[in-house]
Amino acid sequence: MAWLLALLQTLLFIAAAPLLAGWLKKLKCRLQNRRAPSLFQPYRDLRKLWRKEPVVAHSASWIFKAAPYIVLSTTVLTASIIPLIAVNLPTARIADVVVLIGFFALGRFFLVLAGMDIGTAFGGMGSSREMMVSSLAEPAMLMAVFTLAMSASTTNLSEAMNYVLHTGLVLRPSFVFAMFALMLVTVAETGRIPVDNPSTHLELTMIHEAMILEYSGRYLGMIEWASQIKLMIYGVLIANIFFPWGIAQDFSLQALGYGVLALAGKLIVLTVLLSLSEAIFAKMRVFRVQEFLSFAYLLSLLGMLSHIILEVQH
Amino acid sequence: MSLFFAYLSVAAALLSAVLALAADQRLGLRRLAGVLLRRRPQALAWADGAFAEARYADWHRDSLFVLLGLAGVAAVLAGFAALAGGAVLTDTLPFGLPWLKWHVRFDALSGFFFMIIGLVLVAVSLFGPGYVREFESGKHPLAVLGFFTGLFVAGMELVLLADDAFFFVIAWELMSVASYFLVAFQHEHAANRRAAFLYLLMAVIGAMAIILAYGVLAAFSGDFTFDHFRGLKLSPTWASVAFTLGLVGFGMKAGLVPMHAWLPEAHPAAPSHISALMSGVMLKVAVYGFIRFTFDLLDEVYWQWGLLALLLGTASSILGILYAMQQTNLKRLLAYSSVENIGIIFIALGLALIFFSSGQTRLGTLGLVAALMHCLNHALFKSLLFLGAGAILHQTHEPSLESLGGLIHRMPRLAIIFLIGCLSISALPPFNGFVSEWLIFQTALQTGNLESGVIRSLIPTASAVLALTSALAAGCFVKVYGVAFLGLPRSRHAATCREASHKGMLAGPAWLAGLCVLLGIFPTPMIEALNVVTGQLVGDGLPGVSALGWLWVTPVSPSVASYSPSLVLLAILLTGWVCYQLLYKRSGLEARPAEPWDCGFGGLNARMQYGSTAFSMPIRRVFAPVFVLEETIEEESTGPAAIQTTRLHYQLRVKDKAWGYLYAPVSAAVTWLSRGASRLQTGSIRTYLAYSFFTLLILLWGIS
Repeated sequence: MAWLLALLQTLLFIAAAPLLAGWLKKLKCRLQNRRAPSLFQPYRDLRKLWRKEPVVAHSASWIFKAAPYIVLSTTVLTASIIPLIAVNLPTARIADVVVLIGFFALGRFFLVLAGMDIGTAFGGMGSSREMMVSSLAEPAMLMAVFTLAMSASTTNLSEAMNYVLHTGLVLRPSFVFAMFALMLVTVAETGRIPVDNPSTHLELTMIHEAMILEYSGRYLGMIEWASQIKLMIYGVLIANIFFPWGIAQDFSLQALGYGVLALAGKLIVLTVLLSLSEAIFAKMRVFRVQEFLSFAYLLSLLGMLSHIILEVQH
Repeated sequence: MSLFFAYLSVAAALLSAVLALAADQRLGLRRLAGVLLRRRPQALAWADGAFAEARYADWHRDSLFVLLGLAGVAAVLAGFAALAGGAVLTDTLPFGLPWLKWHVRFDALSGFFFMIIGLVLVAVSLFGPGYVREFESGKHPLAVLGFFTGLFVAGMELVLLADDAFFFVIAWELMSVASYFLVAFQHEHAANRRAAFLYLLMAVIGAMAIILAYGVLAAFSGDFTFDHFRGLKLSPTWASVAFTLGLVGFGMKAGLVPMHAWLPEAHPAAPSHISALMSGVMLKVAVYGFIRFTFDLLDEVYWQWGLLALLLGTASSILGILYAMQQTNLKRLLAYSSVENIGIIFIALGLALIFFSSGQTRLGTLGLVAALMHCLNHALFKSLLFLGAGAILHQTHEPSLESLGGLIHRMPRLAIIFLIGCLSISALPPFNGFVSEWLIFQTALQTGNLESGVIRSLIPTASAVLALTSALAAGCFVKVYGVAFLGLPRSRHAATCREASHKGMLAGPAWLAGLCVLLGIFPTPMIEALNVVTGQLVGDGLPGVSALGWLWVTPVSPSVASYSPSLVLLAILLTGWVCYQLLYKRSGLEARPAEPWDCGFGGLNARMQYGSTAFSMPIRRVFAPVFVLEETIEEESTGPAAIQTTRLHYQLRVKDKAWGYLYAPVSAAVTWLSRGASRLQTGSIRTYLAYSFFTLLILLWGIS
């Protein structure tokens, strides 16, 4: 029963991800005084991509074709271990939060290799920049997560959320720092403004888009879907780690229903924040990104230190 | 039983050394066979055939490695027997000083490191015969290579067996000197001679520190055997002196920053299968020495030691990977990455020391297990990558990444094997490198149990650096794989090379790749086996590691952290298969091959891709203060007012800062001192007579 519920939750997760992307696009359009496409446009895009004949360069190797499958499956796996609408699901035990970061790294490893596979200048450029951004973002993310793990003395996500739920609404300075750090990392890792622009195709500014420039058809569809899921993963992480209230603690239908509603509410707030920041800020130069990420790192370090200095009782 | 296999392994290694020398004397051996087989004409005819020049070459080459392989198998068996049985065997050998026979002790720790040597040795002996074929026509006799390889392996194994300081140091020096000759094997290149000399120098200094460290213990115990060292009560000062000397001595061999400068010079200079042994195994023997000295021989540990090891380890890991990323020579890059991994091992050891000193034995054990796991894992994937680099070098004759590219099309099998190595070393789940780094993170996260606030905040910072290191390691090996195997070939050699024709050259790395995957997916049995090691060494183990079953790793308890690599792999494969079925099989749309899109630019050639230097440029720029960068751009222009550039030459040299800050001043000081001393030697007979006269005078004065 629990395993079935975990499977259903995963399916819900990956099915809802394009909706979140559509909603985000709608918000952004509103803020920029544009007419927004339908909420369900991302689903139509995906369906269109899956039906198209993919075009693959002559010089591509099997890595190029395998990478989208690996990226998508690691992302789906990550989604499956994160408590979405209910805690205490058995899948959370398969991997803890350190492994979760490892999954992202695995997917990225293959995506970056795929970018270099064809031997184009843009692919290599995107790959090189992606590795820079991610290698600076990863420690900031780990530090933020460690702050949480040290408070809850577990790296199991479900247990950590239980811990926050049971201690009640306490203002912890460490959590505030860690949350802001995680938000900055989210912006960098999901390729949003001001680090990267998901809708640009201007050659010299793109990072993620440069890497996947050669993809088309179902391969592109898989990668797009994976990045939509990834955005949702970060959103859910922030929402459920720092504000887990409302998440279902037993598997009754009513609790699960409340869980869905609570999650939707939290994600709406987060996406409003993200779209506001995307509307306000301009994209940075590539070599300003390191300052942005070292700020994130500093925040998570401050979070860690304030946990050690202020919050640990002996 | 385990000791018998250990002896067998040492004997096989020594025999391979002797055989290598003997086998070089083809004519002599033939004559010997003629004398021995005088009465049996049939056998004589067979021997004549065997000693014919053409067939003898194959015999000779294989004979070098058959015994090494046997030594490897015996070492693995010895390790298994020691880990399974858990018995401590001791023995004395009738060598050494009249009053100090060689003491031998074979416990689970030695057994574990024997297993590491054995696993890599099997791969090397498979790889070697194909690889050394290249050297046959070279200037240097294979006998030298075989002789010193045998001695080198035997030396490493004897270090693990030694149970008294005297025997230990002899074995240690045997290992160092034999490997010096291996580094200097291709001594026609000045760079190799220089690397070998530097290596010898550092080995001598390191050995001196080790001898002094043992000297401290021997002075207080009055004996050289390790049995007398154990349980010796030292004052904190003397214990710290001994520890520092041990850390310097073993750390120098292991390549800890800032004592690492020899490593990236020496390891690439040796033939590739020797590099695999040096990076994969010899560094682990140094780590073994450190563990044996600190956790076994020294009675008590102090948190300051742990902090020192932690700081050195952190510095080594981050600097090692940053320098590795900037290398274009593949073997040099791998050598720098060894510095990084040794740093990671020392981070774990430092954590273990800190926990042990504050009485948290269970958590200390966790750190120790993490360090030992990383020793094994690093031995596997680093040897795999060095053998892979050797195969690439053998097939393309291009040492630099900048002239490789597209090898995945030319060497598809090697590409898969090498990819597994890259994934493992980048610490990605579900491969083996991830397991040990995950264990280290789990250890670091238990700092809430410590008293001191300073250490509690330092350890998470160190683990953040570890996180940065593993992220950079992924970047580094993405670069290696992407530049060497993917894209378009950057040179004629890379475009026309072929898969290695000798089967062993693939079988050796493939064996290691298989082990990497196996240990990555099923780490729990290995961690449980390590309980025997830690049980003997510190009297504790990790009983809860398989609390959820053997498919799961739960280092502390299931509610704190759990990881199931096998389920992870299953889930990835299942999801991938479902996607494949739904998106590919059902649509039935085949991919259409075409020209690359590249934003419509077209007309691509290999020089337009990102190379190794270009790929690592963002990291070079972000971490610029760490490097000494020498960048020159030469421009040739023609035309009126030199407006038209005809030729551009870009050169970048990334130098190690340790040279300028540490080595250059030391070397200048030594030169200055020797200049001063040379003033004594004026060359005139009168001065020397005056020296003798005054010496005599002082002596007489002293006597009276």
